[in-house]
Amino acid sequence: MVVDAQLGQFGDLLFESALGVYVLAMILHAVEHALLRRPARAEESAREPVGVGVGGGSTGTADVTDAPGGTPAGTAPPRSRAERFGRMGVSLTVLGFALHLAMLVVRGFAAQRVPWGNMYEFTAAICLVAVGAWLVVLYRRPELRRLGVFVLLPVIILMFLAGTVLYTQTAPVVPALRSYWLAIHVSAAVIASGILLLAGVSSVLYLLRAAHENTPTRLAWAARLPGADVLDRVAYRATALAFPIWTFAVITGAIWAEAAWGRYWGWDPKETTALVAWVVYACYLHARSTAGWRGRRAAVINVVGFAVMVFNLFFVNLVVTGLHSYAGVG
Amino acid sequence: MTTTLPKAPAGDAGPPPSGPSRARRALALARNTWRGLTSMRTALILLFLLAVAALPGAVLPQRTPSPNAVEDYLAQHPTLGPVLDDLGFFDVFATPWFSAVYLLLFISLIGCLVPRSIEHARSLRVEPVAVPRNLARLPHHAESTSDDDPDAVVEAARRRLRGWRTVVRSEPGGVRTISAEKGSLREVGNLVFHLSLVALLGGIAIGKILGYEGQVIVMADGSEFCNSGIYAYDSFRPGLQVDGTGLDPFCLTVDGFRATFRPDGQPDSFDAAVRFQDGEAVQSGADAWVPHDLAVNDPLRVDGERVYLLGHGYAPRFTVTFPDGQQRVGLVQWRPVDQATLLSEGATKIDPPGITDEAQRRRSQLAITGLFAPTSSGGGLVTSVFPALNNPEVAVDVLRGDLGLDSGRAQSIFSVDQGMVDQGRLVRVARENIKPGGEITLDDGTRIRFDGVENWVSLQVSHDPGQTAVLITAIALLGGLTLSLTVRRRRFWVRAAPALPPTTGGRTVVTLGGLARTDRAGYGEEFGRLAAALGARGEAEDDHAMPDPAVPEESVPPEATQEPSVDAGGEDREDPDGR
Ligand code: HEM
Repeated sequence: MVVDAQLGQFGDLLFESALGVYVLAMILHAVEHALLRRPARAEESAREPVGVGVGGGSTGTADVTDAPGGTPAGTAPPRSRAERFGRMGVSLTVLGFALHLAMLVVRGFAAQRVPWGNMYEFTAAICLVAVGAWLVVLYRRPELRRLGVFVLLPVIILMFLAGTVLYTQTAPVVPALRSYWLAIHVSAAVIASGILLLAGVSSVLYLLRAAHENTPTRLAWAARLPGADVLDRVAYRATALAFPIWTFAVITGAIWAEAAWGRYWGWDPKETTALVAWVVYACYLHARSTAGWRGRRAAVINVVGFAVMVFNLFFVNLVVTGLHSYAGVG
Repeated sequence: MTTTLPKAPAGDAGPPPSGPSRARRALALARNTWRGLTSMRTALILLFLLAVAALPGAVLPQRTPSPNAVEDYLAQHPTLGPVLDDLGFFDVFATPWFSAVYLLLFISLIGCLVPRSIEHARSLRVEPVAVPRNLARLPHHAESTSDDDPDAVVEAARRRLRGWRTVVRSEPGGVRTISAEKGSLREVGNLVFHLSLVALLGGIAIGKILGYEGQVIVMADGSEFCNSGIYAYDSFRPGLQVDGTGLDPFCLTVDGFRATFRPDGQPDSFDAAVRFQDGEAVQSGADAWVPHDLAVNDPLRVDGERVYLLGHGYAPRFTVTFPDGQQRVGLVQWRPVDQATLLSEGATKIDPPGITDEAQRRRSQLAITGLFAPTSSGGGLVTSVFPALNNPEVAVDVLRGDLGLDSGRAQSIFSVDQGMVDQGRLVRVARENIKPGGEITLDDGTRIRFDGVENWVSLQVSHDPGQTAVLITAIALLGGLTLSLTVRRRRFWVRAAPALPPTTGGRTVVTLGGLARTDRAGYGEEFGRLAAALGARGEAEDDHAMPDPAVPEESVPPEATQEPSVDAGGEDREDPDGR
């Protein structure tokens, strides 16, 4: 098993470029956000001031760049400065995504395996999925563009940690990990985690926005966020999509454990935390259909779920020692 | 599946409790408890408790996978540790409180599932609900006119709605309607998912009761292991109903082992060449062995057992030649003390041959103990620099005297009894570093030769008769879950009314209405397509202007969700006027 060191270095370069482009994109989105004028009271009470008529499914072909409804209602001129910044932010996000994708592909070729064999690659892949999921949301709901800064922020933090604390050089994986289950199980975990990141961000913003809607004097800046019901729906749909994928990841993990460790379930810390996260998300889905629990409480549960996922990624890999401690950090 | 707890209905009024009323009260209490337990809110809280109760199992070391880590933790936390230990925090998944949570959850689940399944089965036979009076108040609606008469319109619509459950009804004044429903698979998926959870628990329980797990170290020099009983193992963990008799008596020999390492010492591959006989072959005494390559990630599956290659290590082989010319060979596994370099430690113990006098025997037993380096650093202080057998060397102490093997105390196979050394009954007679082929000569003329090194492998045998059931239920669970989260329940209504001449051009006014009963996003598109196919321009309101997707029932016009008041004989109601 040969490792191409030069190709690996090229991958690192791509990683840094992608991170840099994301930072720029986030800055542009932040400027966009700052330029958005607070919507007038009347519109606020309408709860849904933006994007009517661009509804995801109804046009189907809505494009990020020329969707007419992309203009927030609060900013009168059709191509306001805020919008220009927002569009540039989106373009840069797409560019960053392409570099990010290229980085993982290059890394995979360099190591001649799927590029998620250690925490550095794993975290990078989760971020890629999160940005990808965000671009899909943008494609279907261009009016949500103003959320860009909040989606990119956690992505940038995670990637920064990946590039510094977690960084490892390209290398093959230990025999215990050399199995096609690595590709299946870990891919599912990566995809689910990335989508759940988006759900978690939406739920945090939902809580802020809902607090503002209840008491308009609080968190005045939250008036620039999309309506609470929109945020709630994004969080729900992302979770409902990611939950079966996460379930699949847990099941394939058990199948792999049966082949590798002699039992399908052994309360290894990683397994336990994965189950805890699963149960918390089941709570969320239940809460969504229990009177008195949808809304705020459900959103809190969703945020807790994401906290458990992050805990699983960092704490369990780095601090607790278990069979999953292959993180290869150092 | 009630979400509200009814107030205790009986026993509030009236005289002090007499016999029957007390009974009624107890009954009411039981019923309310049951309702409370099976309510959605309780399920939610129990689920949350389950997550909270499992959390210490992730944060604290647990006895089941890692007993040593627990001991370390207890040593480091002398005050907190024992308290946590008493509360079961190091064995979370076997504690009564953890079991209580999941048992309650599953009781709640069953109590919730049974009525729900019955209700769902019944609802499949009930016809789609009648058309609401005012379709324009629905989230999705459309209107058009047609030159066909109402019957033809309805017939065309019905053909178009293939795949939907439909019923055609008539209203006064020659009005014809269709009610259509789709997506009952969502409920099926939900039920399959929850039922699978129960079945999954059952499968796990079978494994816990009837399964077992044993570990054994086998020398990779053609040595044989037979699954004939607990005694064949170095360690054994039986299920609740396993007493070690009646194991599948398969046998296997380990003919060789090969490990390859990368230049930095990371393992690259492990392979053990084994041959096995299944239980049947063993019992029939046949001499047919099936060769198999046992590798990490790839267990041998024989009968109902799985054999895993867990690890490996080295066993130095010593030949001891006594002064009278008799020889003894010592070959026993040494254990790795450093996984990265496989530096190993151990004690090879040897009884001198031909000594019948007990006292003399106790003065002349030998132990060869020390360190073994597969790739020696060289020099006086032997350590290992690489895990492969590139430059093996042992650094040994030879001890002579009483090994204490008859003391009745158990002793490790990797070390000598330090007590014997301290009492001076076991004395060091040589200390030397030797390479394969090298020899030590003791003061009495006994020669110890380091012949070479064998590999040993550690194997695990696992048996879990519930495992297949667990896999199947897990797949069903995933399927049910996917259905229940992706299928949308939706309704579609058509009302075709004869046009009143002054208002419209066509002969028939067609009004359409749509309602998604679950997450609504996406129905607008489908509604639009249906409406277009029926010649109407869909005026579906935008999807995301709608209220909470998961619970539309309370938030739509009441007539839209009212179940038909009289279900019996639905066909009769189709023609109430007796037209
Ligand atoms: C073992 C614990 C349980 C787990 C892991 C679990 C998990 C889930 C999940 C993931 C969903 C979302 C899928 C869907 O919407 O169909 C769900 C839905 C549901 N669960 Fe459970 N559940 C459990 C126990 C229960 C119990 C005890 C009840 C009854 C009180 C219950 C009643 C429901 C209902 C009614 C829904 C459908 C909600 C809807 O239609 O949106 N579940 N459950």
